[in-house]
Amino acid sequence: MKMMKLVYPMTLVLAVTLAATGCRNHKPVGVTPIPNGQGGQVGELPPGGTMGGNQPGGGQQANMQEFENMTEDRAALANYTIHFAFDSSAIRHSEDANLQSVASALSSDPSTKLLIEGNCDERGTEEYNRALGERRALAARQALAKLGVDPARIRTLSYGKDKPTDPGHDESAWSQNRRDDFVLLHPKTGA
Amino acid sequence: MKNCLNICLPVLFAVFAVALARGQNDQNEIQITRPVSSLGNTRPIPVSIEGFDSEVTAILKFDLYVQGFTFVSPETAQYQISGSSTGSVVGRVVDRFGKKTLFSRSYNGATLRRQAHALTDDIVFAITGKKGIAQTQIAFKVQASNGNGEIYIADFDGHNYQAVTHDGTIVSAPAWAPGRSALYYNSYKRGNPDIFYHNLTTGERDDIAHYTGSNISPAVSPDGSRVAMVMSESGSPNVWVANANGSHPRKLTSTSEDSSPCWSPDGQWICFATKIHERRVLAKVPAGGGEVQVIRTPGTPNPTEPDWSPDGKWIAFTMQAGEFDICVMPADGSAPPVILVRGEDPSWSPNSRTLIYARRTGGHYVLSLLDVYTKQVKDIHQILGSDSEPAWAR
Repeated sequence: MKMMKLVYPMTLVLAVTLAATGCRNHKPVGVTPIPNGQGGQVGELPPGGTMGGNQPGGGQQANMQEFENMTEDRAALANYTIHFAFDSSAIRHSEDANLQSVASALSSDPSTKLLIEGNCDERGTEEYNRALGERRALAARQALAKLGVDPARIRTLSYGKDKPTDPGHDESAWSQNRRDDFVLLHPKTGA
Repeated sequence: MKNCLNICLPVLFAVFAVALARGQNDQNEIQITRPVSSLGNTRPIPVSIEGFDSEVTAILKFDLYVQGFTFVSPETAQYQISGSSTGSVVGRVVDRFGKKTLFSRSYNGATLRRQAHALTDDIVFAITGKKGIAQTQIAFKVQASNGNGEIYIADFDGHNYQAVTHDGTIVSAPAWAPGRSALYYNSYKRGNPDIFYHNLTTGERDDIAHYTGSNISPAVSPDGSRVAMVMSESGSPNVWVANANGSHPRKLTSTSEDSSPCWSPDGQWICFATKIHERRVLAKVPAGGGEVQVIRTPGTPNPTEPDWSPDGKWIAFTMQAGEFDICVMPADGSAPPVILVRGEDPSWSPNSRTLIYARRTGGHYVLSLLDVYTKQVKDIHQILGSDSEPAWAR
């Protein structure tokens, strides 16, 4: 009887199929729509972000201009560099004291602004790390905003893994490199 | 459990139906086999090469090896390539089995190197019917140990390289503007990671994205009309699309950890790396806006840096799992990814089978080529410094 011969292997195939796919993933492979709660719709730049995109050298957002004509002071906040866990942009509680010091420095001189430079260790691909460094800088800006600093005074950038403080290839070096550096910005004085 | 039954019953029925249908036709038991790699394992085409000088022979071998050929004696070759290179290159290809000459041609042109590349393109076309890649170009970055670097272009094999930038700053992620002699890239020349458009013919360049935060990872649409990039101006790095000159930037995603956008060859989708439900995944979003869809990569966690093949069939990407591995999967998700070679940041050649990628060695990067069907790999001619982030002109 052909059917009897087939039942056993069929059951096996079924079992294997179920084991391989799992009961949870019953959507077709490759397509899982994500409800985009914050709006998957296309958004233009917010007002105030006007750019002369059609002009040569255009595309300069208003905020960027507010950070020009300032001098960088790398020494002032050099001791308050904060560090991150591997592949993470979460601010750890161990960094709270340093963030508080940065916030205090900014509140003591309202003419200053801040540049936060996000960095990574070498254990990521280049563009992934460039984005991760940016997330680290943004996380610090958010933390400073919670401490009362106006985020409009802060700009961020990422160096990815291009500017390690320690060129070594071990965790001791890597942990130093996963960091945000804080650069105090003073308005340029004089005519 | 309810979900389980929802699948189990239809599957059981389907399987049973198939079993009954097959049972009518043959007596054999159904075999359970492991899924075959969607790429298969193509054997290289054996050819022989005779008569050329050593430099031309080396060029012929390099070009053909990375397009899936291997080199044997004339007696065992499927195709016999012969010719000479005194003065100029002359080449002839004989199909040994078919006992016919496919072509016999002489070349002239600026250099023997160029002529040899033209010959290999003719060889590839005569044997496979497909266009060869020996006369294509790549862009990449060359980085010094202090982190600064410059954007370079070169022949696909690394020869005839020239610096595009001379800024002594951090640069990254060159991307070709299709059909034009122009590049987009990220440069910190103005004290911020900005995206520039650089006309290679005139040397003129504009920054097209200079917003606060980081403007990184440009990717140009196949028709050259739009550029996708990652910008964090809104407070988190997301995928934005703008016109080719940077005007009318529109935010496409609100997912939280986006990087490395690339376009589908039909210009309809942007594929990128992101994090959804705490897992790092690849995803795609309609280029005109819409829902983000996950692209599953079973067996290859932490995918990043995707690139979509020009024929639309494949997505190559880097898997980060301790080490970095180049993986390739069918773009329609019909089979799981295959892990091919240690390396990062793949870019497809116009032939949709050769990849260029960067591999780490001794603390720096070198560029290497991989033929995904035969798995043959070869480093390209290296430039000083650390060479990475390759982009193949299409």
